[in-house]
Amino acid sequence: MRVLVGIKRVPAVGGRIVLGADGTGIDTRFLGFTTGPHEECALEEAVRLVSARGGESVVVSIGPAEAEEQLRYALSLGIDRAVLLETGGPEAGPQATAAGLVGAIRALEGEGGAFDLVLFGNEAPDSGDFQVGIRVAEALGRPCVTGVKSLEVAERDLTAGRDSGRGVECYRVLLPAVVTVKEGLNLPRYPSLPGRIKAKTKPLERRPAELGRDGLRSVGLRLPEADSRGALSLGAGAAAAPAVVELLGDLGVLSR
Amino acid sequence: MILAFLEQEAGVPSGLGTEAVAFAGALAARLDQSLEVVVVGPGAEEAVAGAAPPAEVVHVGLTGLGSYAPRAIAHVLAELAAGAAAGAVAPGAPTGGAVAPGAPTGGAAAGAATAVVAPGSERGNEVMAYLAAMTDLPLATNCVELDPATEPSATGGTGPWRLTRNRWAGSLLEDAELDPGPGRPRLLTVALGASPPGPPRRLPGAGAPAVRPVGTVADDADLAAAVTEVVQPSGAGVSLGDARVIVSGGRGVGGEAGFAALEELAALLGGTVGCSRVVTSEGWRPHRDQVGQTGTRVSPELYIACGISGAIQHMVGCKGARRILAINTDPDAPIMGKADYAVVGDLHDVVPAVIAEIRRLRGPGA
Ligand SMILES: Cc1cc2nc3c(=O)[nH]c(=O)nc-3n(C[C@H](O)[C@H](O)[C@H](O)COP(=O)(O)OP(=O)(O)OC[C@H]3O[C@@H](n4cnc5c(N)ncnc54)[C@H](O)[C@@H]3O)c2cc1C
Ligand SMILES: Nc1ncnc2c1ncn2[C@@H]1O[C@H](COP(=O)(O)O)[C@@H](O)[C@H]1O
Repeated sequence: MRVLVGIKRVPAVGGRIVLGADGTGIDTRFLGFTTGPHEECALEEAVRLVSARGGESVVVSIGPAEAEEQLRYALSLGIDRAVLLETGGPEAGPQATAAGLVGAIRALEGEGGAFDLVLFGNEAPDSGDFQVGIRVAEALGRPCVTGVKSLEVAERDLTAGRDSGRGVECYRVLLPAVVTVKEGLNLPRYPSLPGRIKAKTKPLERRPAELGRDGLRSVGLRLPEADSRGALSLGAGAAAAPAVVELLGDLGVLSR
Repeated sequence: MILAFLEQEAGVPSGLGTEAVAFAGALAARLDQSLEVVVVGPGAEEAVAGAAPPAEVVHVGLTGLGSYAPRAIAHVLAELAAGAAAGAVAPGAPTGGAVAPGAPTGGAAAGAATAVVAPGSERGNEVMAYLAAMTDLPLATNCVELDPATEPSATGGTGPWRLTRNRWAGSLLEDAELDPGPGRPRLLTVALGASPPGPPRRLPGAGAPAVRPVGTVADDADLAAAVTEVVQPSGAGVSLGDARVIVSGGRGVGGEAGFAALEELAALLGGTVGCSRVVTSEGWRPHRDQVGQTGTRVSPELYIACGISGAIQHMVGCKGARRILAINTDPDAPIMGKADYAVVGDLHDVVPAVIAEIRRLRGPGA
């Protein structure tokens, strides 16, 4: 079984966001980078599937040269090989990104055979476009299930479940297929020490990204109006308990 | 013409679905165009009556479609957006190639859509992603502001539209330009709380909504991924989404066992327990308890955050709470600036003391 996972390098923002001087990006000078929680679950699922069934798992990312860091992380978890589709310029939009991924998937499939399963996150943590997976699936002419939180892959088809207001919606689609997943699908492992050592020597190939055009162009970023509620101190330690309980009474949540 | 997708379930439009149709109505009025609304599934008629502003034509669609199939809905939207006359998409009508992928609609057929608008919900975003993919058009999801260009551009049609959309689940705003090319529709979805692109006005030609049923246009590809079954999750209890009080724990709780005190406090208040992502990643709690960008968005009367630092991805999940109380050893933790009330201290002291105080007030047997 051949499984491909697409991941994106994003800044690991903490308590607040600071914008760069020109207002077109986040000031990342003091930040680390990571990949989204949904995508971590996609990686975990790929590792489990291939270790249970044999075959090969491949991770791809469109991004700057530094995205090697996220790809090596994926390799340290047990993914077999990585492909970095390197870009020079600013972050590509979702239409261009999908076109770049489709080109790369076709090339990889030409070299090593079709992917039974292509996994993405349901949405990227930063841009939240909610579309790259579906665009790739349509271009490849494969069925797609999105927002998946339970997945069962059989020989010729897969069963996927996703939450909705009315219960868990189940889908059954034939392979090859594209699935976009959400955090909660599984509990991703942390890299082991041997995993991290092995990752250094696993194949990581760089290719230039061939992005399509994108009709959605980012022109700048802004912070929303601060949601500062101006915290009122109720005191310190256990001594604050009476004040807390008085507040619970005032808010009407004390009497059940 | 502005085309809108109204999301509904059993005759009840979703809150965001209603907002998105109102947004589309304001856009139509601003551009002096008509509004058409597409609504799908059992209960479609009632949903339209509840949510659609007077619209010129309301397509109530897809008879014969037994279950939710996002691509089939996108398919109908694609045909209507391309200017297929109402009713042309009838049961059994050939559909292949009506909107060839990537084919420019040229000077835009009479009745072609200027924009297609849907709610920025799971379903709205999904349907629109299929539409965008089938037509190779750009799609701006989760928009909060829109300034449609009304001046004709040199290349035909109007110029790019300026919009603002959510990034990082709304912790950050992005200004962007949406330019699908001359004569092609703008695709966008609307986030919760978006400001409509103009004041509500009577739409041109609008009377009572004229309802046109649309038949199934689904082809094999449309049905390759459709819901086969809906399973009710087992396990009752107050769900995070419905809870009036949430006692939430972060890394500061220290481990699975530490949550017993939080459970006890939640039970005393008739509420439920939530947690941060660190807690689910460590395996202390199941993911369904996680509040935040990749967990659940909650809106209780009171959110008690114990040992949670207040990362932006956590706060987007609980900012809908009416009141937030933070309990944290660090007076400088980001959450202290984002909460309404704060207790500086070790949660392992504070939470049991609060429990004891409630029991004392309620008297023996509580
Ligand atoms: C794309 C993305 C999506 C994410 N989605 C989510 C999400 O959905 N939900 C989410 O929660 N996070 C999410 N995160 C993670 C987020 O950035 C933070 O890492 C996480 O919220 C931190 O959890 P925490 O506050 O429990 O831990 P920490 O940040 O480690 O904070 C622990 C806090 O506990 C306090 N503390 C320690 N001991 C005690 C004690 N004894 N008593 C009282 N206080 C104490 C400390 O002072 C500190 O403030 C996401 C991250 C990314 C990159
Ligand atoms: N630059 C990228 N490189 C590889 N995969 C990506 C990239 N951007 C997005 N994806 C994948 O597509 C998913 C959805 O992204 P989006 O549609 O932009 O919200 C992400 O969770 C990733 O799995």
